[in-house]
Amino acid sequence: MKSTAMSTKVYKVVSVTAIVILAVLFAFPLYWIVTGSFKTAQEINATSPAWWPSEWVLTNYEKLFSKQVAPLFSITVPFTDITFAGPQVPAAIRWLVNTVFMAVAAMGLTCATAAMAGYALAKKRFFGRTVVFTMIVCAMALPKQVILIPLLREMSALKLYNTLWAVILPIVGWPFGVFLIKQFAEGIPGEMMEAARIDGASEWKTFSHVALPMIKPGIGALAIFTFINSWNDYFMQLIMLTSTETSTISLGIANMQAENSTDFGLIMAGAALAAIPIIIVFLIFQKYFTKGITMGAVKG
Amino acid sequence: MSNRSRALARRETMAGYAFLLPSLIFFVGFVIYPMIQCVYTSFFDSTMGREDIFVGFKNYVDLAKDEIFWGALKNTVVIVIVSVPVTCIFSLWVSSVIYNMKGPACSAFRCIFYLPVVTGSVAVAVVWKWMFNNYYGIFNYVGKGVGLLDKNINWLGDERFALGCIILILLTTSVGQPIVLYVSALNNVDQSLVEAAQVDGANKFQCFWKIKWPQIMPTTLYVLVITTINSFQCFALIQLLTSGGPNHSTDTIMYYIYYSAFKLYKYGYGNAMGVVLAVIIAVLSAVQFKLAKTD
Repeated sequence: MKSTAMSTKVYKVVSVTAIVILAVLFAFPLYWIVTGSFKTAQEINATSPAWWPSEWVLTNYEKLFSKQVAPLFSITVPFTDITFAGPQVPAAIRWLVNTVFMAVAAMGLTCATAAMAGYALAKKRFFGRTVVFTMIVCAMALPKQVILIPLLREMSALKLYNTLWAVILPIVGWPFGVFLIKQFAEGIPGEMMEAARIDGASEWKTFSHVALPMIKPGIGALAIFTFINSWNDYFMQLIMLTSTETSTISLGIANMQAENSTDFGLIMAGAALAAIPIIIVFLIFQKYFTKGITMGAVKG
Repeated sequence: MSNRSRALARRETMAGYAFLLPSLIFFVGFVIYPMIQCVYTSFFDSTMGREDIFVGFKNYVDLAKDEIFWGALKNTVVIVIVSVPVTCIFSLWVSSVIYNMKGPACSAFRCIFYLPVVTGSVAVAVVWKWMFNNYYGIFNYVGKGVGLLDKNINWLGDERFALGCIILILLTTSVGQPIVLYVSALNNVDQSLVEAAQVDGANKFQCFWKIKWPQIMPTTLYVLVITTINSFQCFALIQLLTSGGPNHSTDTIMYYIYYSAFKLYKYGYGNAMGVVLAVIIAVLSAVQFKLAKTD
């Protein structure tokens, strides 16, 4: 008995130590990005790497911000050629603006449509419900990249190619959100809906006043999940966006990497600019995010 | 059925579809329609700037004869066979150690292992490219420092190592989600069963395999399915780090689809490959479900 307690303890100590070491290794690339972005060119290109920058410099960021310029924003009046453009700023700033716009729009649209659809699938009994739900589950199991070629042609036909909407709309169409909210809405007690109906509430009132407050945590989880995933959805951005003005931060950095593949300082500055904002968002909303991941898996 | 209840049923159906409609527009427009298009176009010789020409199964026949495709398929299978079990076992092990830690330790570890996912594939790829670099990379420096290497290795430019490097990076970006799932599953294991087993004299090992393992089986299945799908879709790392090279040693199906469609503009051919990939993944998912059900 004593020896098993002993060996359990040894196992515990050894595995915790191993996991601490692994955690350090997992965090290392991020550390390397951030410190690398502040290193001098000599330290970047030294054959024996500097573990800690001996001198913190901003030259890499200066280079990043002086490379290209683009208007801060440009808004085109629909169906016309009239465009309002903002003041010229470094292109990297425009890329951040684009990325935030894309992620926020995708998040808002996804949450709004998924909240209603998930509620309907969980709480309404209607003809065709099972068919719709089966289609959603099957679509989720397929790799979403295989539809990129048809999507590209569809977006060209809709004249949305090389606009942020070409990236946003397919994200909204992806049915994971509906699935997630459905899982959540299953938990709304039937009696509450019944009570609302007896009180004469309209369908919309029942949804907005009874169901919506109850699925709020689910919507929060979905919101943060969509935000982070669309921020990092590189493949779609690579295919749909082609100009400096429409580029996102990930895509901008990837293109920069292709052009200056050995200027690691500049590229690390770009990588830091792409990664740090989204990591901060993740850390703030971590709790919701974790919930979103586990909720989506409840039924597999 | 009375008139009243029929009216109620109709109201329910109308309301159901009204709530579904906004979502269905996006779902059908940007998922279902492209999927149908994908299958349809795979029977055409299709490229930019001219009408598609119907060619029947020619794209599929060409695929079967295409050596690069078979190479890409082989690499994809290697990636899946290595990364899926390693990811599952690694994340289960990490979770089993951290799930009952006191205070913020558990969520701190969970966060750190999730970091590479949040960092985003582009930032991850560029920093690894630097770390693997022939001259300035930290791998060669450390490898020589501890005496493992006697000269610099061009990790990503060497056929023998490139695919291994890609798999290593892929692993760091794929364990985050399974760890979150396993931690939550292990915390949901019925404690009364565990205690009962301990009273009966079961050791930790038996407790795990007899009590906890069956209860976290649904999570394991889910983890298997998502990790398989993710490994099949490995793309950004390849495109940014090796572009399929050297000498096609890191081509994957996903990269080859991209290459055929957006570099060679062979849309029909790319779509045929997409269909094949989708079928492979569907079959694999079905097999995984089947195996898990019979267990």
